[in-house]
Amino acid sequence: MTYVIIGAGPAGVVAAETLAKTDKGAEIVLLGGEADPPYSRMAIPYVLTGIIDHGGTHLRKQAGHYEALGITYRQGIAKGLDVAGRKVLLEGGGEQPYDKLLIATGARPIKPPVPGLDLPGVHHCWTLDDCRAIEKLAHEGAHVVLMGAGFIGCIILEALVERGVKLTVVEALDRMVPRMMDATAGGLIKDWCVQKGINVETGTKVTKVERREADDEDKLFVDLDTGDQIAAHLVVVAAGVTSNIEFLEGTGIEIEQGIRINEFLETSVPGVYAAGDCAQGPDFGGGFNVHAIQPTSTEHGRIAALNMAGRVTPYQGSLQMNVLDTAGLISTSFGDWEGGPGTEMAEVLDAGHFKYLRLNFKDDVLVGALSLGRTDHMGVLRGLIQNRTHLGPWKAKLMEDPHRIMEAYVAHAYA
Amino acid sequence: MLKALNIDPGKCTGCLQCELACSFENEGVFNPSKSRIKVFNFHDQGRFVPYTCTQCDEAWCMHACPVDAIKLNKGTGAKEVDSNLCVGCKVCTIACPFGTVNYNSATGKVIKCDLCGGDPECAKACPTDAITYVDADWTGLDKMRQWAAKTDAGQQATH
Repeated sequence: MTYVIIGAGPAGVVAAETLAKTDKGAEIVLLGGEADPPYSRMAIPYVLTGIIDHGGTHLRKQAGHYEALGITYRQGIAKGLDVAGRKVLLEGGGEQPYDKLLIATGARPIKPPVPGLDLPGVHHCWTLDDCRAIEKLAHEGAHVVLMGAGFIGCIILEALVERGVKLTVVEALDRMVPRMMDATAGGLIKDWCVQKGINVETGTKVTKVERREADDEDKLFVDLDTGDQIAAHLVVVAAGVTSNIEFLEGTGIEIEQGIRINEFLETSVPGVYAAGDCAQGPDFGGGFNVHAIQPTSTEHGRIAALNMAGRVTPYQGSLQMNVLDTAGLISTSFGDWEGGPGTEMAEVLDAGHFKYLRLNFKDDVLVGALSLGRTDHMGVLRGLIQNRTHLGPWKAKLMEDPHRIMEAYVAHAYA
Repeated sequence: MLKALNIDPGKCTGCLQCELACSFENEGVFNPSKSRIKVFNFHDQGRFVPYTCTQCDEAWCMHACPVDAIKLNKGTGAKEVDSNLCVGCKVCTIACPFGTVNYNSATGKVIKCDLCGGDPECAKACPTDAITYVDADWTGLDKMRQWAAKTDAGQQATH
């Protein structure tokens, strides 16, 4: 049996390890597209802040880890798939035969259709190569423009601020972290950033970037749709991501927003599975969604591998959750925090101290939550949501005072 | 045989000796806010409930960590944070459905119960045996574990 995994991010690595433990003696090939050993993109901002070196991003730290498990790491990028012949076609002409395949190709940053984003000095912050380029340019006092204040943009923002750059953040939508935070929390995050000396332009688009000679190092000129122009030494583009699935065109594998997988994480082609940021899998609400987050990718990796190895394991669905540290202000979001018809919302706001908590209920069950300025016991929000805990009399108490969430949890967990 | 913390809320008087012992052992200060075990006070019922990590088999924190900074101590069964590797991303704090991994903004790392390497200070400090360190098989943690197991995204790490 030859298992092939395309993609050496968290989903691919966890899948390879799970296969090695579950189907001992099988051949396992882990295909990675980059020269660096398997690493965590999430950890790159912490390289920029100096908390870790490049090696600190590696998913596994022990030398010989993959070899010891019988996993063969092969560098190569998939350019196509021969489904009938069970072969991965590689860029450069090679191929990799498989008996069972896991597609864990992840995502890549979107380059919006703005002239000048290919110029020297304009970078994404996605790969370790990007990281090396940013490290060279983002010195203390450097003028930096960050395009995008979404979740990933805000993590990069934190790292750039730590490096002491003079930062302008440009976000096309009307608030910061629009997909993870409501208007109240997004507004507070913006106020916090402005207080920290960051120039935040929400509801603003970058229309063009040009590079020309200048008296100082700021050779990039960033035009905004407000008519303003900002001179910069570095432009970082964090305007969203998209799944790496184009190479599957013509294979018959069903694709919607991502690779459509069933509860066993198998695609529409038997023997071919998908996991992580490229996969559109069962979600907690009963639908199918791409949840491009670390916990989902490792769960996908493990459960796909169990099914590939013949251990039938249904996936109960991913729950959207995020935690973000924006220049020291910590926020979280879980599940259906937006709510809507049929749900009830309780919130408590202390804007002066940048504290906010919002809970969304359906009947007496918590279905979503947002928080700002809290770090203690945040995981219970996941616990309560994903267990569909009936809160009974605690529902009314929480509607009155959402702060009592941990008490409500302990009361139901085992007290 | 592995041992585990057994918590009997009925015996807890809310004296907080466990929190003081934990924070002193792990953070060097007598400060309940830095404790990895927390006593919850149910005012309206006059009840106190000590609460900390069960070292669950599912180990959501360990599996969610993007930099391999949470490891299983095979001697104690504890999931331990390696502060040298932790980058402070906090993903484990939202992945743990028990809410027992917390971020410490003073150090920029996460903290959780590590059973003090097999000699937990909270149990030693408890004057009423509300917290004891006993053979893992007969602890009262099962109810909490079963409850949390429902969070299981399919079969988790134990397989």
